[in-house]
Amino acid sequence: MTTTANPVDIYLERLHAQAKTRALYTLISIGAMVFVITSGVFFAESQNAGSLSRGMDQFWDFPVDLFVGAWDAGWGWFGLLGKHAPELFRTINLALFSTALGFICAVFLSLFASSNLIASGWVVSFSRRTLDVLRSFPELVLAMALLFLMGKGELPALIAIWLHTVGALGKLFSEAVENCDMKPVEGLQSAGAGWWQRVRFGVLPQVLPLFFSYGILRLEINVRASTILGFVGAGGIGEALKTNISWSFEPDIMAIMALLVITITALDYLSTYVRNKLIGGIRL
Amino acid sequence: MSTSVSSMSDKILECNAASARYRATLAAVFAVIAAYLAFSVWMFDLPSVARKWSPERATMFMLDTYAHKDVVLMEWDRADDIDVYFEAKVYEYEKDPDWFSRSTAAAGSRVDIDNGAYFVLTGNTVELHDWPGLDAPLIFGRYADGRPQIIGYENNRDALPEWIRWTENKIEVRPDLYTRLQVFGRKAEIHRYSLGWKYFWFDFRSPLADVSLFDAIGLMFSSERVDPTQSNASLVLSEIWYNEIWFHMEIMVAMLETLLMALLGTFFAALFGLPLAFLAAQNITPFEAVRFGLRRLFDLLRGIDMLIWSLIFLRAFGPGLFTGAFAIAFTDTGTLGKLMSEAIENADSKQQEGIRSTGAKKTLQHRFGILPQIMPIFISQTLYYFESNVRGAVIIGAMGAGGIGLQFLGAMQTGTDFENVAYMAILVLLMVIAIDKTSARLRRILIGLV
Repeated sequence: MTTTANPVDIYLERLHAQAKTRALYTLISIGAMVFVITSGVFFAESQNAGSLSRGMDQFWDFPVDLFVGAWDAGWGWFGLLGKHAPELFRTINLALFSTALGFICAVFLSLFASSNLIASGWVVSFSRRTLDVLRSFPELVLAMALLFLMGKGELPALIAIWLHTVGALGKLFSEAVENCDMKPVEGLQSAGAGWWQRVRFGVLPQVLPLFFSYGILRLEINVRASTILGFVGAGGIGEALKTNISWSFEPDIMAIMALLVITITALDYLSTYVRNKLIGGIRL
Repeated sequence: MSTSVSSMSDKILECNAASARYRATLAAVFAVIAAYLAFSVWMFDLPSVARKWSPERATMFMLDTYAHKDVVLMEWDRADDIDVYFEAKVYEYEKDPDWFSRSTAAAGSRVDIDNGAYFVLTGNTVELHDWPGLDAPLIFGRYADGRPQIIGYENNRDALPEWIRWTENKIEVRPDLYTRLQVFGRKAEIHRYSLGWKYFWFDFRSPLADVSLFDAIGLMFSSERVDPTQSNASLVLSEIWYNEIWFHMEIMVAMLETLLMALLGTFFAALFGLPLAFLAAQNITPFEAVRFGLRRLFDLLRGIDMLIWSLIFLRAFGPGLFTGAFAIAFTDTGTLGKLMSEAIENADSKQQEGIRSTGAKKTLQHRFGILPQIMPIFISQTLYYFESNVRGAVIIGAMGAGGIGLQFLGAMQTGTDFENVAYMAILVLLMVIAIDKTSARLRRILIGLV
């Protein structure tokens, strides 16, 4: 019986073959994953013998200590929230100010990094490279270097976050500007508008809502960053947390953590709300 | 006719009024922003940047990242015994380098500088000869009471070149970036900088210290053993691996640790996040209480920053892989759970209905009706989080969780090992770029496949 194969059979055959290769790939990647994970755990165990099992026993010790400490402090614990609020304010203000400065610089730099607004390829690529360089330095590295050069304080952290924000926002902004509708700009040009007038009335009204929503997202990131920079000497709530941890003041640690969690969660909700208001259905 | 004209002008007036109100609001908003910025400029004391910025420290910092220094140290009390060493006093040269010719204190030892100038160290003075632009040699010595002195310039300090700083207890001479002389009451030090990372492959005490890498590779294949107890190949490799100046082993292990932190953390976040996301999705779980509880759990996990989680786990696990991995896993279980439960709720229900119409069980409906729809999102999000977790692992590592972050912070805080800082910064940057590229490729392959 050597009849020509039924096309449906050929198709089914091919499907089966595809399913087989896919299953094989899945199996291989799961195997590789399991291998990496187990060898990673063994590697870590060999670095620091018995740390996983010992750590698992003590897993809840510290959180329990924190809660017990806060409980023992009684109503006075709520006073600690007030005590650390000024430090939190400093951290938030550091983030807010550096985001504001970064936002302003990024708006102007991004205009020069957009090929639909600037004819000169030189200026565009120079601005883009500037943004790339600013973005590629992590805040922590930049802040550490500046802290070393300028001494401890908020200023090095401010500059570090500022520069990183310019890089991060500038790239997003210039992408937004390059994707905007050029028809209003052409209309303005035909009416004899200059460069700045075209940008002001043709481009900015289109992109500003997007700019603000990116900016608010960045503010949220920068609050976390300025907390972290407090750890390495920029002051604020991060430094307070570090000090209290090294002194083992459980109620204070608990109060600071509570403040941070409240702030970050509130900012998270606020930024989602404001972004929905600003840009409606567009997802970032 | 006249009524319509008047209503027209009313409209215009109304428009003008609205526009004026709008402008006033805008001006008020700008005024508030400007006031805030002005207040903050004052509060953070932004103008003090110029004052706090010390160009000398910045230059030293930069110089140290790409150059190394050799030091010639003469203590006035024992001027016959001059020390010549590399970077730190523990690395004293056994054989004098060829730019240094040793002699007795009376005859004067000589330190050559590359531009033809040279220092002469006698028991009582340090002389700088032939520096370009200098007519006569400068002679540094000490007053009778031991304070440093520049002979012949005691009463006309203004005639000195501007690269000399003379204070009560110290004379600092820096004719160019790569040459420096410091004269104190107790000792005189000449720093001679040269470009490059010295002893990068073989450290100071290695038997191969003066062998270049190419020669060392050649040596690996020669049969004559440098060290009779082991083969040349293993000697070369172990000398590189256990380098005590550049710490290749420690740094590579720390990098691996950071990478594993991110990998393990993201893996477990994905492992727990996906099932929990199903339980938290409205179209899967009918129980309101379960969904509500899970959503608040996600909020809690996400709301506590990765840094705080790592501080909590630091007590239990100490600095190392597990602290970082748990911190990442906890935070990202929250993030991935929230994201994926939203994706599941947004999934098209038609596919699930089609599967149900064949009489399939609930689990099979989810497996073939929903999972294939959300898999691309799940994979790409997980890979994105892996990328950002590599960066995050470096940062929480520096805050105490270990890995390359901690090594980096340590090197930074010594304030002297900036070449190591630069080396680690480059490695971290390369690692991050490589991970980004790999994950982008992987995303393309996997999502094409799914």
